[in-house]
Amino acid sequence: MNARRLSAGRLALIASALIALSLIVVLPLAMVFHEALRQGAGAYVAALAEPDAWAAMRLTLLVAAISVPLNAVFGLAAAWTIAKFEFRGRSLLVTLIDLPFSISPVVSGLVWVLLFGVNGWLGPLMQELGIRVIFNITGVILATLLVTLPFVARELIPLMEQQGGDEETAAITLGAGPWTTFFRVTLPNVKWGLLYGVLLCNARAMGEFGAVSVVSGHIRGLTNTLPLHVEILYNEYDFVGAFAVATVLAGLALVTLGLKSALEWRHAGELAAVRRH
Amino acid sequence: MPASSPRSGDTDAAMPLIVDNVCKRFGDHVALDGVSLEARQGEFLALLGPSGSGKTTLLRVLAGLERPDQGAVTFAGEDLLAMDARARRIGMVFQHYALFRHMSVAQNIAFGLEVRPARSRPAPSEIRKRVERLLELVQLQGLGGRYPAQLSGGQRQRVALARALAIEPRMLLLDEPFGALDARVRRDLRAWLRQIHDETGLTTIFVTHDQEEAMDLADRVAILRDGRLEQVDTPDRIYDSPASAFVFSFVGEGVQLPGHVADGVLSAAGWRTPAPAGTAAGEVTVSFRGECADLLPAPADGLPARILAVSRRGGSSRVTCEIGGQTFTLEAPKTLMAPGVEARLIPRSLTLHPK
Repeated sequence: MNARRLSAGRLALIASALIALSLIVVLPLAMVFHEALRQGAGAYVAALAEPDAWAAMRLTLLVAAISVPLNAVFGLAAAWTIAKFEFRGRSLLVTLIDLPFSISPVVSGLVWVLLFGVNGWLGPLMQELGIRVIFNITGVILATLLVTLPFVARELIPLMEQQGGDEETAAITLGAGPWTTFFRVTLPNVKWGLLYGVLLCNARAMGEFGAVSVVSGHIRGLTNTLPLHVEILYNEYDFVGAFAVATVLAGLALVTLGLKSALEWRHAGELAAVRRH
Repeated sequence: MPASSPRSGDTDAAMPLIVDNVCKRFGDHVALDGVSLEARQGEFLALLGPSGSGKTTLLRVLAGLERPDQGAVTFAGEDLLAMDARARRIGMVFQHYALFRHMSVAQNIAFGLEVRPARSRPAPSEIRKRVERLLELVQLQGLGGRYPAQLSGGQRQRVALARALAIEPRMLLLDEPFGALDARVRRDLRAWLRQIHDETGLTTIFVTHDQEEAMDLADRVAILRDGRLEQVDTPDRIYDSPASAFVFSFVGEGVQLPGHVADGVLSAAGWRTPAPAGTAAGEVTVSFRGECADLLPAPADGLPARILAVSRRGGSSRVTCEIGGQTFTLEAPKTLMAPGVEARLIPRSLTLHPK
């Protein structure tokens, strides 16, 4: 009797979780596709083929292509430093890496304006040099870099801390140099964690709105990323256009999710073995 | 099999490893305080000491993983300290093995050969052959394809040893080689390790905090305490003629009492006896082992001992008694002594160490 009551309770819990999930996640996602296709496939394709939409797509891919590898390298270097060495200021570095998670993305964008804007600290210098950061692609990339900074490092630090530095030490006594040790011992040990962090970093880089919005200046066809373009179209009452572009973002998110699940499923054993051993 | 270790300076072949006055501090902590030590070619040397005595630090200095603040280390006349860890060709087996978890057993063993620069790297077929031979040596034939996570502790230990031997090391270092294993596996591996050592003829240094392991396995034992070498000697001599009261208590059980020497007479716990010839006057620690003492009924000339418990086992008994405020258990011939009886303990041989 007890078991039955428990299972009834469990059923109610599962049902309420499913309902909440449908209301909060599935329904809005379905709405995006529904609105995008409201006026038929022709209007949908036309909205996507529009030059400004194309430009936004290209810029989003470019920003991701630059910021993700940079943050992957940074994340690896930071995690390696933090996990394998004891030094003064180590916990400060960990906190600093987490900072972009805890401050509002709008602030992450604003710091660049304060730094490189016309009235910013380095503004006059930049103007003299003829380098334009704010309202330019450079600013968009910088803002994205800052916002996505923690993803790879956060994924790797606990993994590397747990693995320790014994294998690297062993590699050195066996005659391996620093690069050989890194590429043949350190990197293979964290490759799945790294890939996981890169996926999360990529999803955020493509979807970032707040920070990018502050520095971009919303110049159509030039500094508009996909999320910004969605907002512009929406504000202009072009609902089909806005939702059509939004489906691209949603599609990217779904692909990321799919890859992430595939990674977790396919390499569950190895990931567990690496973490357990 | 990496049986032959190369000798660049044959004049030093008899004593290839020379550690001279090595000091190492970590902040305020003195890990090594003027350690000097030599090892013979093919010797099996144990570094024994309690935790924090500096034995692992000394091993890491030899491997090139720590730089001493002072002192010299040479091997066959070559200055080891001038060389990087990777250039020393010293095989090291780590306490927790440090096997490469993403590599198979065979890949682990081959690693040291594969990372060599192209001109000194053996051909792939030669590497495969050597890996096979090493797997055979460590009795893991057929397990080359396994991953470390699929092996038992004892098997991992063997892989770690094979991996260290693969680079044809000039010397082998083992850090607490049996520390992470259970008692049974430990005993088996101990005999096996000695056998491997005898087969390869490599100068081997291992660190342990287990005196039984060190005394059982090593040709000579170096006893460290607070970063200083207390004694380096054969296990027998360490046991029979300990250089200090610390060594006496660390390598076996026995009685240690405070005593006093004056005018050639030793007094301890109310017992007076002629002091051994050449003993300087002053406060001393009197040490002797249970097997070197006889228990007699009072009144006799000896240390006053009060019997606390007697357990008989076949022909002999284990007697627990109190001497000078310490309890002490020794094997005694079958006796009629009962708990509560006052007796006398007479050491047949004793060691005095000045305080």
